[in-house]
Amino acid sequence: MTARLDSSLEAAPRLRLTAPAAFNIVLIAILALIPLYARLSGDGFVLTLSTRMLILALGAVSLNLIMGYGGMVSFGHAAYLGIGGYAVGILAKEGIASGLLQWPVAVAAAALYALLVGALSLRTRGVYFIMITLAFAQMIYFVAIGLDRYGGDDGLTIYRRSQFDGWLDLNDKTLFYYLCFTLLLAGIYLVSRLINSRFGLVIRGARSNDRRMRAIGFPTFRYRLVCFVIAGALCGLAGALLANHTNFISPAMMHWTRSGDLIVMVVLGGLGSLFGPLIGTATFLLLEEALSRVTSYPDLILGPVLLAVATYAHGGIAGLLGGRARG
Amino acid sequence: MAEPLLEIDELTRRFGGVIAADAITLAIPAGELHAVIGPNGAGKTTLIGLLTGEITPEAGAVRFDGSDITRLAVDRRNRLGLARSFQITSLFLDVTALDNVALAVQAHRGHSFRFWGDARREDELRDPAQAALDRVGLGPRAAMRVDRLSHGEHRQLEIAMALATQPRLLLLDEPMAGMGPEESARMVALLRELKGSTTILLIEHDMEAVFALADRITVLVYGRVIASGEPAAIRADPAVREAYLGEGEAGGADGRRKGAP
Repeated sequence: MTARLDSSLEAAPRLRLTAPAAFNIVLIAILALIPLYARLSGDGFVLTLSTRMLILALGAVSLNLIMGYGGMVSFGHAAYLGIGGYAVGILAKEGIASGLLQWPVAVAAAALYALLVGALSLRTRGVYFIMITLAFAQMIYFVAIGLDRYGGDDGLTIYRRSQFDGWLDLNDKTLFYYLCFTLLLAGIYLVSRLINSRFGLVIRGARSNDRRMRAIGFPTFRYRLVCFVIAGALCGLAGALLANHTNFISPAMMHWTRSGDLIVMVVLGGLGSLFGPLIGTATFLLLEEALSRVTSYPDLILGPVLLAVATYAHGGIAGLLGGRARG
Repeated sequence: MAEPLLEIDELTRRFGGVIAADAITLAIPAGELHAVIGPNGAGKTTLIGLLTGEITPEAGAVRFDGSDITRLAVDRRNRLGLARSFQITSLFLDVTALDNVALAVQAHRGHSFRFWGDARREDELRDPAQAALDRVGLGPRAAMRVDRLSHGEHRQLEIAMALATQPRLLLLDEPMAGMGPEESARMVALLRELKGSTTILLIEHDMEAVFALADRITVLVYGRVIASGEPAAIRADPAVREAYLGEGEAGGADGRRKGAP
């Protein structure tokens, strides 16, 4: 069988000043200026919404790494947001407020969970893979509901954001915004290096034609598993940010519809494109926000939009912008 | 006699009620070009699957260079030096020919848990890949996207990818399938060049090519070896003539009946 590595392998995603690169630069510039706009206009909501967008975009970047480049459609990605968030919330509740402890724990817990899920699910393909990742996420969801000490179904308020010994005050909304912004860009940069490294070529090769990869000598399972764990860790970090952003954790963070939202963001923005997850998340949240002002059924319009993207624009919005769409 | 590079011992595999491999026994010494022929459904592709590890046998053993590899995983066998080409072209289409071969080289240059550097700028990978392309005559096409290459070039690229893993045994699954006469002739010339430097197990329908190239030939019918020996002996074997070559002479019209993929 013939197979395809995604076309972005050919056009190495280094920044060249093409139309999509110019678009990405404008996008980054706008994001960099949002706190300034918020301050000048006195519109605090813009900053809150944008912070949320950056955090979810980091989660989408993580999902895109395994789904877009690795062909692993995880339908339980919100579980990592939840695990990262609960790590922060639980430690805060137990009196451990240091971010230097909370965040590594969040990342490590998410990575460990990814290792477990991946070790089992990556032996399967297609629908079975999707179902196993979903089943695990549901399990974690119900575990969270069962945690009475940490609020059970109602969730848990976090009274103190993660402490960084005075050199970072996360209560400063502008600073927190730029922290999320920096981490998102770092995440995108990390993925850009990964996908062009030896490791990345193995992951992308296995997505196209796993059988061929094994025939030329790659033990693909272990590479895909490590990729799965890297993505899990990255999304765990997003979860830690999210808990700090909302000052609240609850099982709803990892409801299966949240996992669905993340998939929508990635597909909308463009599978296997570096800035696609950011573009998709921004579009998704803005549409959701705008539509919720004019209708009580935003999904009624979001649904057809997604349908159109899935049918006509396989490269998502990033594909439409840069002609990187792939069939 | 020296120990053979590949030893197949009573290898057996059924699919439902069909015996695809019926106690196949075969030994291939290093340096030999050994062809396996047989009518459609004789179990030739099953044999390749059993040797590469994609199919697990019910009974029997495969030994490679003296060690038992009967239950070894596909990728481990490849790293021992057992490489294959695919009957149906199995390439990464929307990258260059060089990218395809470099990936095969990479599989044999240590582990790939290297997360940072750009693998497409590593001479350590690109140079041997270019050499493998040169060897099969695709050197000038290195930078071409694979989906723009011809069918014959795809088959050459298949061989280049297998060669790039520096195999000690090359399993070629119908490398001439779907080729025109000119392309076939080029492939025969290429295999003749490889012959001697690499041990080759060739599965092929093109009788002309088989009898021109092979040191020895094994004939499979319904998963069973009915004859094995030098080309002249096979050509003269009455059982082979009846079961396989049937109506015509070796190299006759029968040669390319399962051509196009």
